[in-house]
Amino acid sequence: MKAEPGFYDYWPYENRPKIEWPNGARVAFWVAPNIEFYELDPPANPHRQAWPQPYPALPGYSIRDYGNRVGHVRQMEVLDRYGVRGSISLSTALCDHHPEIIAMCAERDWEFFSHGIYNTRYTYGMSEQQERDMIRDSMESIQRHSGQHCAGYLAPALSHSELTLDLFAEVGSELAGDEAGFYTCDLFHDDQPTPIHLRSGKKFASIPYSLEMNDTIAYVVNKIEPRRYGQILRDNFDRLYQEGARSGTVMCIPTHNYQVSCPHRLRAFEEALEYITGHSDVWVTTGAEIARHFIDNCYQQSLADINARSGGH
Amino acid sequence: MALDKEYLEYPNRSYGMDHSRYDWSMLSERPKINWPGAAKLALWVNVGLQFFPLNQQGNPFVVPGGMTMPYPDLRHFTLRDYGNRVGIYRFLQAFDRYNIKATFAFNTELAERVPYLLQRINERGDEILCHGWNMDSLHYGGLDREEEAELVERSLSRLRELSGQDVRGWISPARNESEHTPELLAGNGVRYFCDWVNDDMPYRFHTDSGELIAMPLSNELEDRFVLMNNLHSEQSWLEQVCDACDCLLGEAEQQGGRILGLNIHPWMLGQPHRIGKLEQALEYIGSREGVWSAGASEIVQAWQAQVN
Repeated sequence: MKAEPGFYDYWPYENRPKIEWPNGARVAFWVAPNIEFYELDPPANPHRQAWPQPYPALPGYSIRDYGNRVGHVRQMEVLDRYGVRGSISLSTALCDHHPEIIAMCAERDWEFFSHGIYNTRYTYGMSEQQERDMIRDSMESIQRHSGQHCAGYLAPALSHSELTLDLFAEVGSELAGDEAGFYTCDLFHDDQPTPIHLRSGKKFASIPYSLEMNDTIAYVVNKIEPRRYGQILRDNFDRLYQEGARSGTVMCIPTHNYQVSCPHRLRAFEEALEYITGHSDVWVTTGAEIARHFIDNCYQQSLADINARSGGH
Repeated sequence: MALDKEYLEYPNRSYGMDHSRYDWSMLSERPKINWPGAAKLALWVNVGLQFFPLNQQGNPFVVPGGMTMPYPDLRHFTLRDYGNRVGIYRFLQAFDRYNIKATFAFNTELAERVPYLLQRINERGDEILCHGWNMDSLHYGGLDREEEAELVERSLSRLRELSGQDVRGWISPARNESEHTPELLAGNGVRYFCDWVNDDMPYRFHTDSGELIAMPLSNELEDRFVLMNNLHSEQSWLEQVCDACDCLLGEAEQQGGRILGLNIHPWMLGQPHRIGKLEQALEYIGSREGVWSAGASEIVQAWQAQVN
């Protein structure tokens, strides 16, 4: 085990080279709905238990099912209203279980990226080959069901190995060269995209996905009141918008259709979206578009600055 | 290092659910439901009337609201008992004041212990459903089937005997089940149950002993969950209820009738500093056009008449 993951170098936030977003936008704003499938009776993983109760653990299972049965369409209609295309963090088995949801999202030109196959299958304990197979299966599923090359990754249930990012990037290259496997949402160290070191040397970016704005973290872990969550989203935006005048920032709202879409929470989410998209100079976009723009336009200047400021490491 | 081969096998990866309990169906795609009187939103207020034994076994887990201190945990026993002595009468007053028709989910042991309260509810003509034997008699994966069969049968038959009602509704303590619970409920004359929180409308639930109807009763909006689990303020609970009411009413305009299920407990909202928030919630919901306050069975009946 390592003391630090080694994916990136220390890179002070102050005085970085300016990130220029399209049309002079200050903030690249994206919403990442997690569309997940949890299994009622998954095989046991030796390192992490899927459910707190023995089978059938219906409290946890059934509220997540609510998200797909009820919450998805509710959230999608709100995103439509504010012109937001979702960047879906997808349990790719959902392509098989609930193709209706996939079709609705594809029709709207939403992005699909990999969140593993099921959110009840953890990376912990997998061999390198097993993790590679799981990642390949998920990326191929997206390609088969949506026609999209899978650009991004968020490990299933945020379960990682030391090799997760390398494997994802490598499988992406095998499937579609530089068109697939070029960004990750797994790291929370920054408000701007960051170049990531990989053993393959592929150009690869970490895109801010924000654990703090994540509705499940807000509602389940931090137990925040819905209207306060709405306020936090607006405050987060205000500051990133202000700082984005100097160099482009990224704001992400990661959502879950069983959290924001509950009847007692939807209003807070909708009001925040209305507020954010009501500003000029906001680039309302997707994870892949942010990563592509960063890699094509800001990657070299970022690497040069990092090298100069971290003593050439 | 590697996981067993089966960890990368996905035998249920195909259309629909990964089990055969119910069919996959998106709420927005279903035919519209119309409530009586052209109402848009059915308000279902469900009151949990619970008995938490002082000598709790906690097998296999301690229910939310259960004893947490070494025996005898007088503080929690009496605070829960408060609801059945004091809080519930504040509830009844509020229901009468705002014309709310509520249903009452009794732990059968409580119905045995407090005949006055049972009679009081019965005399109001309100529906009683079964909330299991008591809050320490759990239904859970691994519970012996025969043992559970006896528990379900005893809970239902005794409550029917005590109340004189036919008791067709069920909520498991802690809303937890074993893999056999649905079969046992269907086999004992239960028509609807409220343990699964995966929908905002009723749906058909398959069992080997016949069909059940799963009724939607939000756990996330429950007083105990919001106030005790999330530690939100009373004011926030009120706001959440009002926002949910508005959201569902708005959706009903496009998609047909919806249900707002409020699961509440007199030991929680029946406190003097909280009862006002319940009253404000009921007043707000009652002031909105198109709200139909109804008992659970009435809602089930109205739904079933349209989907058959």
